[in-house]
Amino acid sequence: MTRYSIFSLARNALAHRPNWARAWRSPDPRPAYDVVIVGGGGHGLATAYYLAKEHGVSNIAVLEKGWLGGGNTGRNTTVIRSNYLWDESAHLYEKALQLYEGLSQELNFNIMLSQRGVLNLVHNEHDLKEMSRRVRAIRLNGIDSEMLDRQAVKAEIPVINISPQVRYPILGASIQRRGGVARHDAVAWGFARAADARGVDIVQNCEVTGIDVANGRVRGLQTSRGAIAAKQVGLVAAGHSSVLAAMAGLRLPIDSHPLQALVSEPIKPVLDTVVMSNTVHVYLSQSDKGELVIGAGIDGYNSYAQRGSFQIIESQMGALLELFPSFSRLRMLRQWGGIVDVCPDASPIVGKTPVEGLYLNCGWGTGGFKATPGSGWAFAHTIAQDRPHALNAPFTLERFGTGALIDEHGAAAVAH
Amino acid sequence: MLLISCPWCGQRDESEFTCGGEAHIQRPPDPDALSDPEWADYLFMRTNPKGRHRERWCHTHGCGRWFNVERHTLTHDIISVYRMGEGPADDGDGDPS
Ligand SMILES: Cc1cc2nc3c(=O)[nH]c(=O)nc-3n(C[C@H](O)[C@H](O)[C@H](O)COP(=O)(O)OP(=O)(O)OC[C@H]3O[C@@H](n4cnc5c(N)ncnc54)[C@H](O)[C@@H]3O)c2cc1C
Ligand SMILES: [Zn+2]
Repeated sequence: MTRYSIFSLARNALAHRPNWARAWRSPDPRPAYDVVIVGGGGHGLATAYYLAKEHGVSNIAVLEKGWLGGGNTGRNTTVIRSNYLWDESAHLYEKALQLYEGLSQELNFNIMLSQRGVLNLVHNEHDLKEMSRRVRAIRLNGIDSEMLDRQAVKAEIPVINISPQVRYPILGASIQRRGGVARHDAVAWGFARAADARGVDIVQNCEVTGIDVANGRVRGLQTSRGAIAAKQVGLVAAGHSSVLAAMAGLRLPIDSHPLQALVSEPIKPVLDTVVMSNTVHVYLSQSDKGELVIGAGIDGYNSYAQRGSFQIIESQMGALLELFPSFSRLRMLRQWGGIVDVCPDASPIVGKTPVEGLYLNCGWGTGGFKATPGSGWAFAHTIAQDRPHALNAPFTLERFGTGALIDEHGAAAVAH
Repeated sequence: MLLISCPWCGQRDESEFTCGGEAHIQRPPDPDALSDPEWADYLFMRTNPKGRHRERWCHTHGCGRWFNVERHTLTHDIISVYRMGEGPADDGDGDPS
């Protein structure tokens, strides 16, 4: 692997014929691996990378039915933060944020992390009290978090409407200044390139169609490119988690829903932070290209169609204009949807399954991009040691039987 | 947007309805006999198929009544609509699903 640096950039910029090597190989799958990861999104690729790097596992494949990052990793609105209420979530998402802070160096790939701050707006007295409590709980976990009053919100975001003459006036906000955004594709590509350099086979256009289980142990996989034997298998398939689990005879507490986002035409810099509002139900940031990147909630029904309903966009736009009336003449450029896997407690499942050698990483729902490196790091540990790390130990499938749910509905960026 | 035929009101826009999730989940007849994993299955585990799905819908902003819909989760085609307590129309393949 050629290291990217100012010198390699200069050399190729000046060369008559730039000579950039492919960032990763495109191998045919071998008949057997020690570990097979199903799903080439950020979480799957990060898992493979940390398995190779932290645990010395060398014989690994990542199987992806489409292209790398073509699932939710390449469809999300890239908001990163770690201001979660419960200790379990706070520790896991904070680990992820800390890994993100060093990730461009670690992977030698610019993931364009921009810690521009994330604001959660407050629109009524109840939310104000709830938010103050939340901010304090988060600080007790050593995670940066502050309250802003109405004027301070206006100072952060001059273009926002803080008039009291609206249906949901802005009373204040919480802010995590270390939060922000990153380039989603770069996260997938960076992990892919670094994993490939450590010998991981990344196989695209390879759909898993069956899971072989004998005597309670996983033996391998049936795929569109033939059978592949595996000692251990990690399922990291986001929107398709239930479909894959069913191949091994497992039922999950998950419903798959469409989640949409859209971007406006590019405009001059107007917003240098991320703004979210649970109450009016919209969130946005401005991309480096100048587009406003706008997200909201899921469609209410189960779907695998990677598209959402028009009325969701309509209410999302209504909410946007409530906060930013000056955006009313903006044209929207494109819209898309992903399929998110939602758990009843809005927390993920990262751990073992009743099938020996089969591990599950799913249920990140509407908010797993921010967790990508932490999720991969903890899941790699779980597979390598055959037991969860302390960070993901609470996020078992069994918690739905014991009742130890981790209710993070309130932590969702908008009420998904 | 889906067009849904309420069994009482006829065809209306999806925005008048609320989806209540998977249908035909029976409350356990003898709750005291259930183990924790069995409770978990009843309360939380869902089929979530990629394909035909039977679900409950409520005509929230209309007559307010609940009914069942069989819908394809990839094409969003509505295959049948039937009242509470009824089964879906037999599709003739001898298989109830
Ligand atoms: C519109 C939208 C906005 C979002 N915004 C945010 C945000 O701002 N911040 C945030 O933190 N999170 C956000 N999320 C959530 C986030 O995108 C996901 O939680 C996260 O990307 C999940 O990563 P993953 O690697 O697990 O899944 P994915 O990237 O979806 O990867 C799973 C992969 O598995 C593959 N796969 C499926 N079935 C098979 C099979 N049978 N065989 C082989 N491969 C298979 C898929 O093709 C896919 O590439 C958003 C999601 C959406 C849709
Ligand atoms: Zn009706």
